Amino acid sequence: MLLEGAAETVRLTALMLALGAAVGLPFGVLHVYGPRILRVAVLDPIVVFFRGIPSLVLMMIIYFGASEIGLDLSGFIASILAIGVRSGIYQSQIVRGAIQSVGSGQMLAARAIGMSKWRAIRFIVIPQALRLALPPWSNEYAGVLKESSLAYALGVTELMRQGRYIVARTFGNSLLVYTVCAAIYFVLVFLGIRLLRKVEQRFSVPGFDAAPQGRAFFGRDLESSR
Amino acid sequence: MTDLTLRLEGICKSFGSLSVLKDVDLDVNKGETKVLMGPSGTGKSTLLRCINLLDPPDTGRIWLDGREITAKGINVDEVRSSIGMVFQDFNLFTHLTALDNVRIGLVRVKGVDKKTATDMAMEELRRVDLAEKAASYPAQLSGGQQQRVSIARALALKPRLILFDEPTSALDPELTGEVLKVMSRLAEDGMTMVIASHEIDFARSAADEIVFMADGRIVEKGPPDVMFTSPQQVRTRDFFRRIGERH
Repeated sequence: MLLEGAAETVRLTALMLALGAAVGLPFGVLHVYGPRILRVAVLDPIVVFFRGIPSLVLMMIIYFGASEIGLDLSGFIASILAIGVRSGIYQSQIVRGAIQSVGSGQMLAARAIGMSKWRAIRFIVIPQALRLALPPWSNEYAGVLKESSLAYALGVTELMRQGRYIVARTFGNSLLVYTVCAAIYFVLVFLGIRLLRKVEQRFSVPGFDAAPQGRAFFGRDLESSR
Repeated sequence: MTDLTLRLEGICKSFGSLSVLKDVDLDVNKGETKVLMGPSGTGKSTLLRCINLLDPPDTGRIWLDGREITAKGINVDEVRSSIGMVFQDFNLFTHLTALDNVRIGLVRVKGVDKKTATDMAMEELRRVDLAEKAASYPAQLSGGQQQRVSIARALALKPRLILFDEPTSALDPELTGEVLKVMSRLAEDGMTMVIASHEIDFARSAADEIVFMADGRIVEKGPPDVMFTSPQQVRTRDFFRRIGERH
């Protein structure tokens, strides 16, 4: 039962992150290269808005708000929308930071060989920015995975709710059951970050933020302060 | 038809209240090598960036092969693809191998198919003596090698002329030679080049004309032997005496 819940948690997380990436990449690019007015009038307020509201509240607003206007969203969909968009806004800031750390000479050289601005972004800036974005993005992965437990509140039978069912049925093994849930979350985060580290190494370019071998989980802070 | 490749007429450029270029005229014939010299902050780099429209001039007109590129409705990307540029700090694309750096313009700008582009790019790498480094990333190359790759990147698009913005200023002295050698060879092969540089020996041997600039204006120009031995203007004389002392 717990494993079914874990599978649902993985599905939730994957869809939230995918929606987040679909929102975050274009938002991040527009934040840097879009017109100033768009940034000031639209993007910045959206970022402030989503930073200031707890995901659980956002989920409630979407779930009950939708039914109020006659739209029947499942808890599953409402959770993905709320946390996915929230993550997208955060991811847009990761992308923005990564783009801004790509040297300005790269864009200049791309324009000098006759690339249009958007081609230069597509073929020169983004491939470099995504490599830079991967390490902070693995934090976002861990965050969203754990945040997906909030879907519990909308009745989604993910890991936490399955645990709750077991506790209810067995009359109070709460400590044991929730500890097992915690262990499963931990393992999922651990494995996911290991995997992302592999991806990082796969795409690493000599001299360009090469990912050191090993120490995938605990070594992050130490390494980034090198 | 004349063999005039580039004509600048009355180029002015300001950044805010700072006037960087003041009414610059310059003609460059096909196959000519012109070396821009003069104190730092004189507008040499800005002039080069005006020519390929990275920083379009405020006023003044530019012709490339008889076509006015400062005219309205000109496709600036297409203009830039026919003018090579070599930067002081190379600006190679860091995520691409040497080969891909040279090839990407052919594939993504000119639309050449990948196989032909690979052959063409290898040819340009051979021209700068770096065929064996095709698979290396910029960080694995010395500064001199990086700059030669960036020259190959400019050559690959078969440009009408190449602009060099202090191509050896970021290099250790022992690495400048290999870059200047490649540039001298291009000059002999008849490439049209405008070069901002402080390398007197190179300018003496490779330049058809030295253009001395100060305070955003062309002060004086002439063949190297005249300019280095008997310049007419006091400012020119002072400048060459000072950098002569350093050598």
